[in-house]
Amino acid sequence: MSTFKNFLSDTAVLSGRMMRHNLRSIDTIITVVAMPVVMMLLTVYVFGGAMNTGGISYTNYVVPGIILMTIASGVAYAAFRLNNDVTAGIFDRFHSMPIAKSSILGGHVLSAVVFNAVSTVLVMLFAFLIGFRSDAGIVGWLLVIGFLLLCTLTLTWVAVLFGLLAKSAEGASVFSYFLLLLIFISPAFAPTGTMPGVIRAVAENQPFTSIVETVRALLLNQPAGNSALAAVLWCAGILLACYIASMRIYKHKIR
Amino acid sequence: MTMTQDAITVRGLEKSYKNVQVLRGISFNVPKGTVFALLGPNGAGKTTAIKILTTLLTPDGGTASLCGYDVLKQPAQVRREISLTGQFAAVDGALTGRENLRMIGKLRHLKDAGKKAEELLARFELSGAADRRVSSYSGGMRRRLDLAMSLVGAPAVLFLDEPTTGLDPQSRLNMWKIIKELTRAGTTVFLTTQYLDEAEQLADQLAILNKGEIVAAGTPAELKKLLPPGHIELKILEERHLLEARALLQEFKLHFDEGNQVLSVETDGSIAHLTDILNRLKNAGVSVSELTQKQPTLEDVFLMIVGGPPEKGAERHVNF
Repeated sequence: MSTFKNFLSDTAVLSGRMMRHNLRSIDTIITVVAMPVVMMLLTVYVFGGAMNTGGISYTNYVVPGIILMTIASGVAYAAFRLNNDVTAGIFDRFHSMPIAKSSILGGHVLSAVVFNAVSTVLVMLFAFLIGFRSDAGIVGWLLVIGFLLLCTLTLTWVAVLFGLLAKSAEGASVFSYFLLLLIFISPAFAPTGTMPGVIRAVAENQPFTSIVETVRALLLNQPAGNSALAAVLWCAGILLACYIASMRIYKHKIR
Repeated sequence: MTMTQDAITVRGLEKSYKNVQVLRGISFNVPKGTVFALLGPNGAGKTTAIKILTTLLTPDGGTASLCGYDVLKQPAQVRREISLTGQFAAVDGALTGRENLRMIGKLRHLKDAGKKAEELLARFELSGAADRRVSSYSGGMRRRLDLAMSLVGAPAVLFLDEPTTGLDPQSRLNMWKIIKELTRAGTTVFLTTQYLDEAEQLADQLAILNKGEIVAAGTPAELKKLLPPGHIELKILEERHLLEARALLQEFKLHFDEGNQVLSVETDGSIAHLTDILNRLKNAGVSVSELTQKQPTLEDVFLMIVGGPPEKGAERHVNF
């Protein structure tokens, strides 16, 4: 029992440490909150008018993609900070102390999820300001929150994997550019129907497409059906694979 | 638990990375309350030894125990007895000095982490900088904070991996003072260093590690007997003066480096010895363009013990 209490207390201390890192870095806040907001303003007011998104307003159309962008750039910092700890001496200090082992990665994961949740809420509040409206009821919102948490957790473990693998902190966050690329090659900003063959084939068979469609359907109170199932399976699969790979690398690194 | 006299017992410790054997069966004991220094050049295996003893690495062979606990079988107990101050100051730059210390206190589940933090800040002369982010600290301050963080849990055994590498002379002396105070209070200290004088200043026992083997061990006094004698080097440009100097100093052990026009004279380092040499030259009117005194260095100890430069040394054991 006291082991469990120690685990909770150690995880709280270590995730509190990472939260301070996030909140004290202007750079992080600009990239994770201000950039998605600017991107939202650009897409809505510059491209939005020219887009044909069927019956829904472009603001409503683009918000799920902006949220995923927020999370993708947020987890880049999780990878960066984790790698910093691994390559600098502080990991050795923690591992030579009598603290719960699982707290050390756990603190990083928890703070990343919490920080991303907060930045997502901020970006969404801004979306409301510029006219975003949702038709979802309470159940719909709970589903949105639950599903976005699953996405965040999944992307955080992708970040943990890259944070452990990378040789330098700068290299650790490069994977997030790939995530952003995948978000662009999905129906996040424009319907896939007008994309040329090859790109369209990529767009329709990669995880972000079903994720974007699920978030959009839930927010608009439309049936999410197959895309929701696909999205949950994608997330669960990626989460499991990255978790197993990360734990193997981690155990190898720390004895 | 049985009472053991030794804080650290190491027997036949081996470790390889891929094909490189980093530790080739090292053994030593560190009695409680003493300072043990592991001396060696870069790549000798010092950090590997520390990492095994602090439960960060698994050895390939041999055993190690700390305060009676087996490093491999009882890592959790070992971690309660030790603290590690690594080669690169393991402090958190984004936090303040105070926050760093409090964090460690909370991770060690201290009842009053705040009070302990204040106490250590004062003791390490960091109170004034306590609320500044550590990223703005100087190298010496970071090391002091690093050491303070290691003392939060009042460990029985403290590991210091090259505690003064990269520090300016002032900070270095300061660090030595702190380490001496600690040992007076009864903490067992295991330190690694590249500097012979550091080991001499601090250690009760020292061992020289070269290419994964302990090539010499003993007290500083015992090891000092192995040191090659000191030299003075005289740069003499004129051939006439050089011949004269060689004649005047013929009863000393001389070595002449033709390329640099440097005559080196072996001395015992005493003032009497030096004045004698210099007076002879002065009285004969020999003009010396440069004079250098050479103290034996760690490098020389290696040359002596190992019989070649550290890079290609063939091992020869020296036992006491």
